[in-house]
Amino acid sequence: MIQTSEAIYKYLRPDKKFPHVWCPGCGAGIVMGALVRAIERTGLTKDEIVLVSGIGCSGRMSTYLDFNTLHTTHGRALSFATGIKLAKPELTVIVIMGDGDATAIGGNHLIHTCRRNIDINAIIINNNIYGMTGGQYSPTTPTNNKASTAQYGNIEKPFDICKLVEACGATYVARSTTYHAKMLDSLIEHSIGKHGFSVVEAMAQCPVQYGRRNKLGGPVDMLQWYKENALSTAAYEKLTPEEIDEQFTVGVIVDKEEPEYLDRYRNNIQKAGGNVP
Amino acid sequence: MKKRNEMLLQGNEACAMGALAAGMRFFGGYPITPSTEIAEFLSVELPKVGGIFIQMEDEIASMASIIGASLAGVKSMTATSGPGFSLMQENIGYASMAEIPCVVVNVMRGGPSTGMPTRPSQGDVMQSRWGTHGDHPIIVLCPQSVLECYTLTIRAFNLAEKYRTPVIVLMDGIVGHMWENIQIPENIKIIDKQEPTVPPEWYKPYEDLPGGEIVPLVPFGEGYRYHVTGMVHDSQGFPTLVKDEVEQCLNKIIYKIKNNLHDIIEIEEYLSKDAEICIIAYGSVARSAKEAVEMARSEGFKVGLIRPITLWPFPRFHLERISRKMKTLIVPEMNYGQIYGEVLKSCPRKAVKITRVDGELITPDEIMKKIEEVAL
Repeated sequence: MIQTSEAIYKYLRPDKKFPHVWCPGCGAGIVMGALVRAIERTGLTKDEIVLVSGIGCSGRMSTYLDFNTLHTTHGRALSFATGIKLAKPELTVIVIMGDGDATAIGGNHLIHTCRRNIDINAIIINNNIYGMTGGQYSPTTPTNNKASTAQYGNIEKPFDICKLVEACGATYVARSTTYHAKMLDSLIEHSIGKHGFSVVEAMAQCPVQYGRRNKLGGPVDMLQWYKENALSTAAYEKLTPEEIDEQFTVGVIVDKEEPEYLDRYRNNIQKAGGNVP
Repeated sequence: MKKRNEMLLQGNEACAMGALAAGMRFFGGYPITPSTEIAEFLSVELPKVGGIFIQMEDEIASMASIIGASLAGVKSMTATSGPGFSLMQENIGYASMAEIPCVVVNVMRGGPSTGMPTRPSQGDVMQSRWGTHGDHPIIVLCPQSVLECYTLTIRAFNLAEKYRTPVIVLMDGIVGHMWENIQIPENIKIIDKQEPTVPPEWYKPYEDLPGGEIVPLVPFGEGYRYHVTGMVHDSQGFPTLVKDEVEQCLNKIIYKIKNNLHDIIEIEEYLSKDAEICIIAYGSVARSAKEAVEMARSEGFKVGLIRPITLWPFPRFHLERISRKMKTLIVPEMNYGQIYGEVLKSCPRKAVKITRVDGELITPDEIMKKIEEVAL
C-alpha cells in the first residue's frame, strides 16, 4: 500500500492549491484519500485519468488532484464526462459529484447516464446537505431534519441514491461511508475496473452545515453513527421491520454485465460502413 | 448537365455537410424544430466516418457534451432552436470562460417561449450576443443561403479553433429549410487543432501571451495535465481571486476578439458606393433586401445594401465608415428591431426600421415601400 506522504507528493497539486476550502471535520478529504489509494492500486498513470467534478464542496476536489481535471457547471459533470469518454475512449473518466449536484440539478443527467451504460465512474459524495451555500436541504436530507431552508423540518422524502441509480440501469452500484474508508478504497477500485457505468455513493459527514443543525455532534460522533448504522446487505436483510430504524447497507449493491455504450456504437459504425477508430 | 459537386441541398443539410468538411467528429444534440434535420443527417453520416453522434437528454447536456469532446481533442458541434438555445446558455458561458472551441447552430424560430416552432424569425439576435450571464466574448455568423450554410459553418469551426471560443451559426428557419442547388466549394481552408509549442512543464493553458497570441488547447490525455474551470482562473487554469489575475483573465477573453475584428468581421456590400439610402439586412431578409435594391435602382433611387455576415461582434466601425455620406439606413428584421438598435448606436438619427414578427417573410415590396417613403 502506498504511504500517505508518497501519495501526497504523487497525486496532489502542491503549489497554490492549498489550503483547501473544506471545513474542519469535513468528509470530502477522506473520500479524496480513498480515491487516490484506489487509483494507485489500479496502476493507471495520471495522464490516463480525467477527473470531472460539478459545483459545490465536492466540486473543488478536481482542483487539488494532479490529473486532467475539469471543474464543470452545477449538475452537468456527467454530461461533460460523456463528451470526453466518447471522444477519447482510452481515457479513464472519473466523475465526482455531491448529492445536490448529482440528484437535484443533475438528476436528469444522472438517470440518463445510467441508462446509456457508458464506461464512466461516478462517485457521489452524499453529505445530506448543500454545504457550500450554507446548509440548505438537498434531495437526500432525511424527512423532518433541519436545514437553513427547512427550519421547521424537511417535509420532503429523500432519495436513496443507490436504489435510484440501480433502477436506472447502472451496472455497478456500491455504497460506503467515510468511516468505512478502506471499504471505500476497494469499492472505488472495483468501479474503475468495471466496463460500464458505475456509481459509488460515499456517505460523508458535514458537521458544520448538517450535523450542527441536527444536533448530531462533531465529526467523530457522525463517523460513529456511520459505524453503528452501516450494515452489509446480508445483515440488513435479517432485520425485522420493527428493527429497521436508520440502518443502511454498505458494500456492493449491483454488479452486472451489460453491453457498454461505445461497444454498441462501434457496431453501428460497422453497420454504417465506417472504420472503427 | 449536372456540374461537378453540384447538389440540391437543404440549408440544414448544407450546414451539417460543412461541419463534416471542417472535420467535426462529435455531435451532441436534442431534437427541436426547425433544426432537427441537422441531427438526423449527422446521425447517418457521422458513424460512416468513425465520428460520434449522440442524442442527449436535453440541450444543457448537449452543450456540455460538446465541450467535453472538444477538450478530448475532437471538433464538436450541436444544433438547436430558440428554446433549446436558452438552455444552452449556461454552458455557452462556460465555453467562453474556459476558452473551449465549439460550434453551436441556432436555427431561429418565432419566440418568445415555445412561440411558433414552424415559423421563421430573427428573434434570437440579442440572445446570441448576451444570452449567457456576465461579460463574455462571442462570435456569431449569419448565413443567407444554402451555400453559406456550408461555408459559414466551416468558417465557424475555423474561428472557434483560431480564437479558442464558442462560435454560433445563427440561421433563420427559412435559411435552414430552404432548398437550393449549390456547387460544393473545394479547397476551403480548414484550421485544425493546434499542436502545443512547449513541453508539459512549461504549458500554461490560459497564459496571456504578448501580442495576443493564443495558447493552443492541448487535448486531455496527452501528458499535459492541467485544470479547466468556469471560475475566474489564473494562467494555469486554477481558480483565483487575486485582483490582477482576475482582471487579466477577463480582459484576455474579451480582447482576443476585440483586437481581431479585422479578421473576424465579414460584411457584404452591394451597390453601396454611391447609395443615399442603404438597407442593412442579414439572413433570409437580406435576400428580399437585394431584390428591393434592384427594384429601387430600376426606378432611379440610389439604394444599396450592407449585409453583416458576422453579426457579432457587430460591424459597427465598418458601418460608420460606409454610411458616412448616406442619408437613411433602413433596417428590416424579423423581430422588433434588435439589430436596428445597434445601427442606431453607430449612426444615430439615420436609421429607420421595418419589423415583422408574424412568422411571415419580409417581402421586397415591403422594403420598396419604405424606400419610397424615406426618399420623399
